[in-house]
Amino acid sequence: MTSILAALVFVAAAATFVLGRYRAVRVAGGDQGALHSRPSYHGFYGLLLVFLGGMGMLILTTVVSSYHINTSLMSDIGEAAPDMVLIERQLVLNDARALATGAIASKTDALRHEISASFSSLAQTWSWIRVFAVLGVVGLAMFYSQRTVSLAARARNKSELIVQAILAMMATIAVLTTVGIVLSLIFETLNFFSQLNWRIDKFLFGTTWSPLSGVHSGEMDADKVGAIPLFAGTLLITLIAMMVAVPVGLFAAIYLSDFATPKVRAWAKPMLEILAGIPTVVYGFFAAITVAPFFRNTGESLGLTIASESALVAGIVMGIMIIPFISSLSDDVINAVPQSLRDGSYGLGATKAETITQVVLPAALPGIVSASLLGFSRAVGETMIVVMAAGQGANLTANPFEAVTTVTVQIVMLITGDTEASVAAGPAFTLGFTLFCITLLMNVAAQRIVARYREMYD
Amino acid sequence: MVDLTQTPHGSLIGAAKTDKRLRRRRAAVFRLKAYGIAAIASAGLALVALLSSVVVQTSAALTESYITLPVTLAEADVDPKGDRDPKEILRADFAGLTKQTLRETFPTVKARKAKRELYDIVSPGAAYELAAMVSADPSLVGQTIDYPFLASDITDLYLKGSYGELEAQDVTGALSVTMDGKTALLSSTSGDFAGALDQVKARLLVDAETLRRKAALQNNGAAVFAKRAQDATTEADMDKNRKLAEARAAERDKLLAEAGDLEARARGNQGAEALSRDNVSLLVRVDGGWIKLTEVDATSAKGTVITPIPETVSGASNWDFFISDLPEASRKVSDLSIVLIEDLKARGAVDSVFNWRFFSSGDSREPELAGIWGAAVGSFLTMMVTFSLAFPIGVMAAIYLEEFAPKNRFTDFVEVNINNLAAVPSIVFGLLGLSVFLGVFGVPRSSPLAGGIVLALMTLPTIIIASRAAIKAVPPSIRDAALGVGASKLQATFHHVLPLAMPGVLTGTIIGMAQALGETAPLIMIGMVAFIVETPTAITDSASVLPVQVFRWSDFPERAFQAKTGAAIAVLLFFLVAMNAIAIVLRRRFERRW
Repeated sequence: MTSILAALVFVAAAATFVLGRYRAVRVAGGDQGALHSRPSYHGFYGLLLVFLGGMGMLILTTVVSSYHINTSLMSDIGEAAPDMVLIERQLVLNDARALATGAIASKTDALRHEISASFSSLAQTWSWIRVFAVLGVVGLAMFYSQRTVSLAARARNKSELIVQAILAMMATIAVLTTVGIVLSLIFETLNFFSQLNWRIDKFLFGTTWSPLSGVHSGEMDADKVGAIPLFAGTLLITLIAMMVAVPVGLFAAIYLSDFATPKVRAWAKPMLEILAGIPTVVYGFFAAITVAPFFRNTGESLGLTIASESALVAGIVMGIMIIPFISSLSDDVINAVPQSLRDGSYGLGATKAETITQVVLPAALPGIVSASLLGFSRAVGETMIVVMAAGQGANLTANPFEAVTTVTVQIVMLITGDTEASVAAGPAFTLGFTLFCITLLMNVAAQRIVARYREMYD
Repeated sequence: MVDLTQTPHGSLIGAAKTDKRLRRRRAAVFRLKAYGIAAIASAGLALVALLSSVVVQTSAALTESYITLPVTLAEADVDPKGDRDPKEILRADFAGLTKQTLRETFPTVKARKAKRELYDIVSPGAAYELAAMVSADPSLVGQTIDYPFLASDITDLYLKGSYGELEAQDVTGALSVTMDGKTALLSSTSGDFAGALDQVKARLLVDAETLRRKAALQNNGAAVFAKRAQDATTEADMDKNRKLAEARAAERDKLLAEAGDLEARARGNQGAEALSRDNVSLLVRVDGGWIKLTEVDATSAKGTVITPIPETVSGASNWDFFISDLPEASRKVSDLSIVLIEDLKARGAVDSVFNWRFFSSGDSREPELAGIWGAAVGSFLTMMVTFSLAFPIGVMAAIYLEEFAPKNRFTDFVEVNINNLAAVPSIVFGLLGLSVFLGVFGVPRSSPLAGGIVLALMTLPTIIIASRAAIKAVPPSIRDAALGVGASKLQATFHHVLPLAMPGVLTGTIIGMAQALGETAPLIMIGMVAFIVETPTAITDSASVLPVQVFRWSDFPERAFQAKTGAAIAVLLFFLVAMNAIAIVLRRRFERRW
């Protein structure tokens, strides 16, 4: 239904274009110079009106109709079976919808058939309303755009204004995404905290993480939602990753910008780019299949017990993933240090090493710190490596040979687990919100550092 | 006039102190350079290790094995009604027919457990394929055909050598076998079993070494708990720790005793050595039958008969002796299965062909049947949705921000927003998709539509940033010229600036799409981890995508899935390389430097 209407709108828009153009040519009567706007702009103006009007009405009626059908049917179900819980009502509604459309329902009974019948009649009514509304708007737009075609009509200016408005709307989609993220996360987070009787401190500072243990009794146990083990695990793995990535990335950047011959650069830079382009799930596979057994066996032969899902393995592999990130950002800032500074240093008799450590690096330091912060925030938010190579049980330890879990692992476990979605969503979205806030803070900090401390040489 | 030769110049350079300092300073340069080289080398090493571990895994998925056996398609079995109705044929008991064929091939396999192992040689999917073939060509009913049965994953892995090699030993003597009840007594005229005996003893030493290592760990534990018991402040705590320490010590002593036993057996010369499941497997083939040795000495051995041999064998010179170096306990394929597979191999019934199936079939719980096609189509549909959303929106947003946006607070805010959005963890986008698109807008769960929308929002910042850079790189003279001949601002942008910026825009888009193609976490959030066998045909069907398939397969316990995971990664990397290559070509061919 929706796709047929959408196709109709498309066809009508195309037809309006042709009609508007034709009419403009007719109005001009051989002297096209007399028109304010060229004929295709008259057509284009009509096309925009029809398309935007039709699509807008289509989206509006779709949203309104599904909302109305859902609420009225839900209240019907509520009247027919007052003691039914919300989840079950939704199930009945889904089954009724399936029955009406000929799909497979999980169960059939009198109630479901009744609801399915009223669903059919409601859907029927609404589909007629939608057809009339959309076609009406399309017809009006077509009529209006045909009527406005005249020698003096400023069709180009009007359509350009509309296009500019569309462009501006597209630019705000990024803002809308952020708003959507914040709203969707904050809603569940507040819900979750209200279940804890606003003991937010229990979440931030508690040391026992087992949020679903009290689910069967229907209560969130505020003493079991302490996220400290997750924060500690995330921090441990991230720190190990940074210990790998920062030195390697930084030294690689220094070497590539100040020592390497063009030949070495020609293959070393693409190599790092390849490392950056490998999907994280591949790193996860590498960690779980190759690196973890290697470390376990090495540890065993040295008499150490290294868990096969140790923080060390996840951290090292994550560090490898971050190397290209740090090295390319550091490379940029090191290259941005003007050559005159280096030349001045050489002129004073400094060696290359002295120039780099005492002139170039201090000048590039804000950029390097900001690159490290960005790398850190990326490591904190990284998911697949830790899901595949780190532990799942909350374990508060600083021992890198033990398995620890992270915020992202717990989000994945909660969302993909067997627990009912509405219950698991609370802690999962709260963790997601925490993650969002931490990474946002680090990004803002990184930008601030660059903005405040960067020396302007030019 | 100053006499230059009299200045301290020469002596300064020669001075030992300066010399030393200069050496130190040069060493610092050398060190810094060495650190740089080491950093690049370690990054390169990591890349090589990663790629080679993928390649090693993939190599085991390149081929698949078939076992060709004559199968009689008797009408009574496959078409009891006799009307050659393809649907009726499809419903016939082909699984039973497959089992019957296997039983006929090995009539001597009688025991219940042995039969099960026999059936497990071929894949459970083989019967379906046979049914499909006969149903497509009902004229086959009543004939006896040679049908290639798809081998099961374990058979396939054994044939590829994943469970160790079955090494044939040189035999020089003549073998005699007599039966003593159920035990076969073997003797050779020369010391043919001596080499095997050495291997068995070597293995015992290895085991003893492992036990000693375990004992060392227990010893550490005992020490730790003993210390804790000493430091304990309460009586109960002390007791608990002391008990734990004692338990550890007892375990250690037990392990040490076992290790000592094994070592004594290995070093001593007590003659016959008994074999357990933890030691190497010794198999003897004589007169078409197989014997598994249970006790071995230099010239004689005891064993159990696996597949029948004649009542007595005396002085046979035509016999084979095999050692499987991986103990039976640590491989999934039993000695019986090995014997059966080796017999099939000797008959020439085993073939290995290139694994086309992997590229043409969907997901499956059986590793030998699982393929990548379903996930590849899912990825394609998802990428289509992502592209058709992210590309127009991204380009339009970039045009607005670069060409039209007034310089004000709001524009700055949008810009900061886009930069921050680029750094939001991908899993958060998954949560957004879960609550907004699935929850509020009712987009079907695990569909390419839902995945495509989420990935589009995620790649949007990348595309916007790249497109802005490309638009900015078009020199203002182009705009000025267009405006100068009377074009409107929009005309100048769409007719002149955008076409010139297009190569850069497309490059950025392709790179963004490549990122989206490899993204896993947000898709897991919106339910794309479900087990989906059918290939999706529309963007609202349930689907899986390549990276999620990699994640799912890597999680399966069957070893054959590891190879499949490697192969799926290879396919994913192939697409990524192809996309990046296109981006590079676009950049080289069309990008203009002004």
